[in-house]
Formats: sequence, structure tokens, C-alpha cells
Amino acid sequence: MYSRRNHRQSFNFLNFRFTKGLSPLLVGDSNILIEAIGLSKYYGRAVGIENVSFSIVKGEIVGLLGPNGAGKTTVMRLLTGFLAPSEGTARIVGHDTAEASLEARRRVGYLPESVPLYADMTVRQYLNYMGTLHGLAGAPLRSQVEETIETVQVSQFIDTLINKLSKGYRQRVGIAQAILHRPPVLILDEPTAGIDPAQVIQTRQIIRSLGTDHTVLLSTHILSEVSMVCDRVIIMNDGHVVADGDPSELAKGLAGTSRIQTQIRGPHEEIARALASVPGVRQVSREANQAEAVVNSYSIEVEQGKDVSEDIAKMVVGNGWALLRMQPDLLPLERVFMHLTEEETLADS
Amino acid sequence: MPIRKTLAIARKETQSYFVSPIAYVVALVFVSLTGYFFVDAMSSDIFPEASVNSYTGRSIFILALVGPLLTMKLLAEEQKLGTIELLLTSPVRDWEVILGKFLASLTIFGSALALTLVYVVFLFAFGNPDLGPIVTAYVGLFLFGAGALAVGLFTSALTSNQIVAAILSYGVLTLLTIIHLAADQVDGAMATFLNELSMVSQFEDFTRGILNLRSVIYYVSMIVVFLFLAVRALEFRRWK
Repeated sequence: MYSRRNHRQSFNFLNFRFTKGLSPLLVGDSNILIEAIGLSKYYGRAVGIENVSFSIVKGEIVGLLGPNGAGKTTVMRLLTGFLAPSEGTARIVGHDTAEASLEARRRVGYLPESVPLYADMTVRQYLNYMGTLHGLAGAPLRSQVEETIETVQVSQFIDTLINKLSKGYRQRVGIAQAILHRPPVLILDEPTAGIDPAQVIQTRQIIRSLGTDHTVLLSTHILSEVSMVCDRVIIMNDGHVVADGDPSELAKGLAGTSRIQTQIRGPHEEIARALASVPGVRQVSREANQAEAVVNSYSIEVEQGKDVSEDIAKMVVGNGWALLRMQPDLLPLERVFMHLTEEETLADS
Repeated sequence: MPIRKTLAIARKETQSYFVSPIAYVVALVFVSLTGYFFVDAMSSDIFPEASVNSYTGRSIFILALVGPLLTMKLLAEEQKLGTIELLLTSPVRDWEVILGKFLASLTIFGSALALTLVYVVFLFAFGNPDLGPIVTAYVGLFLFGAGALAVGLFTSALTSNQIVAAILSYGVLTLLTIIHLAADQVDGAMATFLNELSMVSQFEDFTRGILNLRSVIYYVSMIVVFLFLAVRALEFRRWK
């Protein structure tokens, strides 16, 4: 929470620069399942989030990343209709979460951060109850409960009281109630927080598998989770979106250039000259202490947005040299995250 | 279908009453105290009367305590545990939530009240009571209790602390129970208004065997107003 202030236009370029690839601007409106348009939430004079905009298209798994207090949970609560926005609009499958709240809520499965469950109910009683609230009844309710417990692998605990379950299994029951009514949109607030590593891996696999049938927005502060699970990342800091895009694109964009690491067998000087002549290559540096080596390692700096890997491969083969390795050297997501959130903090001060 | 969701909430809440001690304790206290009032009246040397007036008049003050105790957890606990987040993000209208919870508390209260019918059985076994006043007294007790539950549900929607919710509703109910005493301090229309506003004044006709429509409307209005306020309190959560 921090004091209310004007939105910083100076950082908008990040949004523009990083919003590419699956950008909703490039697809039809019917593909947009989650939409935030200028969303703001004020708590008295304090700002929860301010002017947050993004769209998520069908089939995407998007990670909402940010430090504690960045506004991730507020965004999710606005999208699920738990809170009403002070300004702006949130839409789920085209339904305004404030104006057509029930329609929007029918289409969302939500797992809040604290995984609130009724501890005095069994898993079956709880899922039956939540299913009924979502309009299921009779045979469809029973079959969807059965299918769901299979999906999240809690069949063995179906008649166990929830207060007897470990945190990991409670997390799964939370995910089960979110997917029970087959919503097109899933909103999961820190779905792997506080569970053991083995269950984290299993939960990520479950989320990844859910991505085939659902559009998923999940929040996390575990950076590696974003790389493993998400197609796209939205980074928030101090109530604002500071970056939005493919995790690897974000790393490239931050650097202004991207870098390629390569190993080529052949005469060093000729290789270096040929690499430098490839269009899009800015600079070629050879790793140190290789004066007499036949296999040479190079770090190649490439202009942003250029894909030179094919040209390099053709050039090497055309000259009769051997291309032993070529891989992009991206900034780790951790560095992107630290850079963006620290830059914001510096701008504030 | 809205009624199905309301009933699902009511059923779930009713079941959860039975896994916590509160329902048993409240029922035990209610039945014990009304039983004591009944025995006390029946063993009077002066003029024992084959009616339920002896305990209904005093029971309403117990109901001002029973209402807050039965309702304090209904929404306060959901807020404390965070389960309110799932409840309010599922496609259920706020009034369905409130009505479901109200029905659950009414079921428990109604069951406790039904237990006191054993005194009526004793009356018929050992005396010759007039059925009319007994029926109206029970209608009055039920309406009085339902009004107390509605107040309790409203205050439970205001806070995540059950104790605070209970104290708030007990305060409101005490005020509505004794407000007719303030009528003695004023004259004219204000005195009439304060008398009409009192839950005790409105209860008197029921003990006399009179089913006064005005009193019925008073209690029903009270229930509707406080349930409406509870719905608005839930709505307010989204906007605050």
C-alpha cells in the first residue's frame, strides 16, 4: 500500500515494447477472455492498483508477477467480482464484473491466496456444496465431482474431513472447486505457495494440463514458476503494470539487444570476420584464452528483434566450418524482475 | 435456480451448527431456563395457571441473547477464514446467501423452541389449558426469535469478529426490547412511537391469545429490514 499519485507515463513504453506475440490487439475480440481496462482500486486515499490494463486471450496461461504489495491479489479480486473497481472495467468472457457480475462469476474458477475451505466438511461434501452454488445438480454434479477429483488426484481423500488434509492436498481441493463447474477462465492466486517441493511440481503439472481447456491467470512471486508454467508474464509493482510479454521477450527487450552463444570449429579470424558481416550482428567477442584453440567460442550481440541464427548457421556451413553449438543467452527472469521493480522504486524516490 | 442455492447454503449451515458446540449449548440453556420458568410458575402457591404465559413473558429476554449467539458466526467466521471470498465470487446473489444463513439459524432456533412444547404436553396432561393463547404465544416467540436472528445476522455481516458481532446485536436487541421504557419520559406521538417500536410491547398481545396483525407486521418488517441491511452490508464489502 502506498500513497496515491499520478500514473507514471514514463514507464508506459515498457508495456508497449513488451506487449507482442499473443497481443489481444492482434486477435478478434471473441478470443479475449480476461480483460482489464484502466482498472483502479483506491482504499480511501491509498492506492491498491492504478490504471491497470491487459487482455488475455483464449488458451493462454499468464503469470501475474510482482513483489508483495504489488497489487496482484487486488487485480484478481477485481476480475472475480469480489471487489468492485473504483475506476475502469474488468470483463470475463465479455461480461463486466461489476455490471453483469453473476454472468461473469459463472465463467470463472477462482482459488484465493489463502485457500479458504470449510474444514468441518469432507472433500465430497465440500465439492458438492460448491458445485451446487455454481448451478450443478443431480447426475452432472456427481459426475463432475468424480472427474475433478481424478484430475487433481485427491480420490483417496474424497470422504476425509478437510481439516485432516495436508496443505498440499487442501491446495488441490481448492483447485478442484475452481475447475469443478468447467469455467473457461481460471484465476489462481499463488497456487503453489506454502506446499512442499514435490507437491509444487505436481501442482504445476496440474495447472499446465488445465491450460489446454482453460484460460489461466495465476499470480506468483516464484520467478522460475513463470518460466515453467506460463506463456506470458505480467509484472506488477506498486499497483501498476510495469511489463507484459513473453518471459524470454522481456529479457531480450530489457537488454536492448539479445546475445547468442556459439561454438564453431575453424579458423578464428575468418570466422570472426564472417560473423561480424552477418546483418543484425552488432558485435562479436571471442572468449578469452583460446588463442590456439581449433574450437572457438563466441558471444554475439544482436540487434533487438533480429533473428540471425539461421543466417549464422548458413554462413558457417557455407564456409565449410562446423557449427557445434548455438543458443540464445537471455537475461534470467530474476534480473528482469529486479530491474523493473527497482527502476520503479527509484523513479518514485 | 435461486431457491436451490439458498437451500444448499441453509443445509450446509445447519449441518455446521451440529459439529460445533454452540447450537447444543444455546438449546440447552434455552430449554433449561424456560423449564425453570415453567416449573417456578407451576409450583406457585398463590394461583397456578394452566397456560404458557408464565414462561413466555420471561423467555423473550433469553431470546435477546439466543439470537446473537446463534448468528454471530454465520458471516463473521466466513470473513475471518476468508471463505467469504469463494462464496461471493460464486454465482450466488447476496440475498441468497443471507436468506440461506437466516433459514439455517431459524431451523436451529425453531428446533430449540419445539423442545419447549413438552411443557404444553404437561399442561394438557395435568390441566385444562386454553389452546388459543398457547398457539399465539408460540407464534409470538417464533417471530420474536426470528427478529433477533435477523438483527444478529446483520451485525455478523459487519465484522469478522464473532464476539463483536454478538455484542453489537445484543446491544441493538436490548435497545429494541427496553425502548418502551423511554416512552414514559415523553408525551404524545413520540411516546406512542417508542411504544410501537418496542419488541416487548409488540409481544404483549401474543401472550393474551390475540393474533394482532399489526404486531405480526412489526416483526416481519423487522426481519425484512435487518436482512436487507445484511445484504447491503455484503454489497458494501465489494465497494469499500
